Amino acid sequence: MGELLVNDKEIVVPGQVIAKGLDFLPSYGTYRLNENIIANRVGLLSVEGKVLKTIPLSGRYLPQRNDMIIGKVEDILMSGWRFDINAPYSAVLPLKDASFDFIAKGVDLSKYFNIDDYAVVKVTNVTSQNLIDLTAKGPGLKRLRGGMILKANSQKVPRIIGKKGTMVSLIKRATDCKIIVGQNGIIWLDGEPEMEVIAIAAIKKVEEESHLQGVTESVKKFLEEKTGKQIADEIEPSDDNDHSSDFDDSQFERPEMNDEENQGENSGEHRPHNNENGENSTENFNKGNFQRTNGYNHQSNGGGYGGNNQGGGRFRNQNDRR
Amino acid sequence: MEKFVRPSKRKLDEARAVEAEAGVIKKADGSARFKIGDTEAYAAVYGPRELHPKFLQDPKTGVLRCNYNMLPFSGDGSRVRPGPSRRSKEISLVTEKALLPVIDLREYPNTVVDVFIELPQTDAGSRCAGICAAAIALADAGFIMRDMVAAVSVGSVRGTVVVDLDGAEEHMDENESTDVPVAMIPSTEEITLLQMDGIVAKNDLLNALELVKPALKLIAEKQREALRNRYKVKE
Amino acid sequence: MNRNIKEHVRNSLKKGIRSDGRKPLEMRKITVDTGFISTAEGSARIKFGDAEVIAGVKMALEKPFPDTPEDGVLMVNSELLPISNPDFESGPPSNASIETARVIDRGIRESKTLDTKSLCVTRGEKVWTIAIDIVPLNYDGNLVDMGGLAAMIALKNAKYPLVKEDGSLDYHHKTEKRLVLKRIPIPVTVCKVGDVFLVDPTDSEENTIDARLTITVLEDDKICALQKGGDGSLTTEDIAKMIDIAIDVSKQIRKTFMEAD
Repeated sequence: MGELLVNDKEIVVPGQVIAKGLDFLPSYGTYRLNENIIANRVGLLSVEGKVLKTIPLSGRYLPQRNDMIIGKVEDILMSGWRFDINAPYSAVLPLKDASFDFIAKGVDLSKYFNIDDYAVVKVTNVTSQNLIDLTAKGPGLKRLRGGMILKANSQKVPRIIGKKGTMVSLIKRATDCKIIVGQNGIIWLDGEPEMEVIAIAAIKKVEEESHLQGVTESVKKFLEEKTGKQIADEIEPSDDNDHSSDFDDSQFERPEMNDEENQGENSGEHRPHNNENGENSTENFNKGNFQRTNGYNHQSNGGGYGGNNQGGGRFRNQNDRR
Repeated sequence: MEKFVRPSKRKLDEARAVEAEAGVIKKADGSARFKIGDTEAYAAVYGPRELHPKFLQDPKTGVLRCNYNMLPFSGDGSRVRPGPSRRSKEISLVTEKALLPVIDLREYPNTVVDVFIELPQTDAGSRCAGICAAAIALADAGFIMRDMVAAVSVGSVRGTVVVDLDGAEEHMDENESTDVPVAMIPSTEEITLLQMDGIVAKNDLLNALELVKPALKLIAEKQREALRNRYKVKE
Repeated sequence: MNRNIKEHVRNSLKKGIRSDGRKPLEMRKITVDTGFISTAEGSARIKFGDAEVIAGVKMALEKPFPDTPEDGVLMVNSELLPISNPDFESGPPSNASIETARVIDRGIRESKTLDTKSLCVTRGEKVWTIAIDIVPLNYDGNLVDMGGLAAMIALKNAKYPLVKEDGSLDYHHKTEKRLVLKRIPIPVTVCKVGDVFLVDPTDSEENTIDARLTITVLEDDKICALQKGGDGSLTTEDIAKMIDIAIDVSKQIRKTFMEAD
C-alpha cells in the first residue's frame, strides 16, 4: 500500500515524486498530491518511519527565538542599536538588553556598540511583523574584538558545529584558532594567519561536503595534512577560557515546543523534539534543521497551498508587543 | 503536400538539446544556467532580502521581482543597446507571473526576491529559456516550490505545428508563422505563461498545447537533474 | 569596514598571508575560454579563481564620426550586472562601471592596439565599428584586470562577419579575417594595504585597501594608461614600486593572452 521511490539521504528536488501510496505522511519539504508524496524543496530526504521530510541545503537565514548569532551594527538608534544579522530583516538590540551595566540616559551609545562592530547576540523575540529583538546579556554574548568574519551557508551551520560541537572543536584544536559559529551563518575566527587560512578552508570543506557521509573523517584528514600534525581525539570538552565553547554546545538546546506561544500555530504539524540520537552526525544536522524549516504541510488535494498551516509559525508569535 | 522538414532535422515535437546547471553564480542565493540549442540564459536569485524603497513593500507577502536582460552581444544581428527596453520589461513581468503559481512568499512579508536573468546569446525562445533558468535558480535558493516551471515555444511553420522554434524557423514565412511561448507546471499541466505572435484557429491552438506537453516534461526533468547534479560527488 | 577586521587583515598581510592562502603578489588561477558566444563576432570568458567575466565583440559598418572621417570606431562598455553580486543594483551604469570601461578603453585606445585607419572602408561614408562589452557573471574583485584581459582576448578571437554584395552584413557567416592587434595592453591593478602591496584583490579585500593604482603595461614594459583609485594617497616611492610590480605581473597575464585563441 505504498512504495518509497527514493532512498533516505538522497537529494530530492521540487516536483520529484518521493513515494506512492497513502501510507506515507508528508512533512517539511514534502506534500501530498493525490496518491503521491512530492518534494517541494531541494534537500536531503529524511525517512523516519512513515514520515517523509527534507533537510534544506540552501536558503537564507530566518531568525528564531533563542538563536545565538553574530550580527553587525548598522545604526545607532535612540533606544538601542540596529543590527544586520544576515537575514531578510534587520534586528534591534534595545538599551535594556545591551549590558549588565546600567546605561545612563544621554550616554554615548557608541561606547558600547559602535557602527560596524560585530557582536555575539541572542534572538529574544521575532514578532508577526518580523521585528526581531536581540540581547547581549548572557553567557558567551559580547562585542567581538579583533579577528575576522566569514560568511557561510546558514543551512550548513549544524554541520559546521557538528554533533555536540565536535566539528568546530576539531577545527579549533587543529588550528589553535578561536572560532564562534553563529546560527545565522556568520563565523568569527581569530588565530595565527597561516592557521586561519587552514581553518577557513576546513569550514568551506564542511560546507561543500555537508550532504555526504564521512565528512568528519575527511576534514580531520585535511586538517592533519595542512597542519602537518596529528590531532588528538577529544576526551573532555575543550578548555578554552573564552566562552565560545559553551556557546557552541548550547546551540543544541532548542526552545521547548510546549511553550504557550508556539502551541496554537503548530497544531497539526509534526514538530520533532531533541532526542539524543547517537548515530551519525547527519542526525544532528536533521535536528538542527527541523526547527528552522519554513515548510508547509500540504495536506490539501490537488496541489496549491491549503488554507491550513500558512507556514512560518514563528512570524505569527502571539507575544506580539508591537 | 510536401512534409515540412525542419532545418535542424528535428522531429516536429522535439525541442533542441538542453544543457542545465545549478549553482553557477557563487554569491547568489540560488543560480542556474539553462541553454536550449543556441539560446542561453543565466539566472541568479537574491533574497528574500529587504525591499527598498519602503513603499514597494507588501506587508502580506514577499514580492517576486524579475529582471530580464539581453546582453549587447546576444542579439541575432547587430549589437543590442544595453539597458531595459519595452520588450525586456514586458518579458520581466510575464516571467514573474509564470513563476508565482509555484512559489509562496507569504512567509517573507516586506521582502523582495530578486531574480536576474541575463542572456549572453539568443536564437529564439529566449523568454522561455529565461523562465527555465529562473525556476532552477529559485529551487537552488531553497524556496518551497511545489514543482518546477518549464517553458518552451510551440508554433507553426509552413503550416506545420512544431515545438521549440529556433531562429531559422522563426524567420521562415515572415508573416505566416505563429509563435506561442508556453510555460507549464509539469505535475498538474497547469499553464503559467501563454503568449502568441501570429494568427491561429482555436483548435490548432489547443492541439499545439497538447503537442508541447511531453517536451515540457522532458525539460522539467533536465531542470531537476541540474539541481541534483549540483550535489553529486565530484571525482 | 570594521576597523578591527581591517587591522587583522593588515597584520596577516605583514606576514605575507591573505585569507585565501595566497601571497600578496600571487594571482588567482586564470582560466580562459573563447569563441563560445554564437551571436558575437568574438568572445572570451576569463576566470580568476571563481571570479568570472565575459566579453563580447560586435562589429558593424556605420558612418564614421564627422571629425574623423577616415577612422573606424572603437567603443568599450562595461556594466556591473546585479546578477553577479548582491551589492550591485539594477539601473543605469554606475560611476564605478563607467570608470572600469573607460580605464580598459584607454589602455586599448592610447596604445593604438587597433589601427583605426585600417577599419575604414569608404572615407566619410563607411567604417567598421568595434564594440566590446564586458560584464561580470561571478563578481569577486579585480574587474578592471579581468575585463581588460577579456577584452583583449575577445578582440583576438573576433572574426569579421561576411559583407554581402549589397554592402549589408551577414552575421550568420563569419569570415576567417581577424582584427590586427598591434599592441597587447595588459592592465594590472596594484593595491596598497598599509605597507603591503597586493595584486588581484577579491571583493572583500577591495574593502580593506587604502589606495590602488591600475597600470596598463605594454609588451615593451611601457605604460599606456594609469588610474589611481581608493580613498587614500600614494607616495612617489609607492608608485615606483607599484609600477615594477605591475610590469612583472603583466608578463604572466600576457602569456595567457598569447596562449588563447
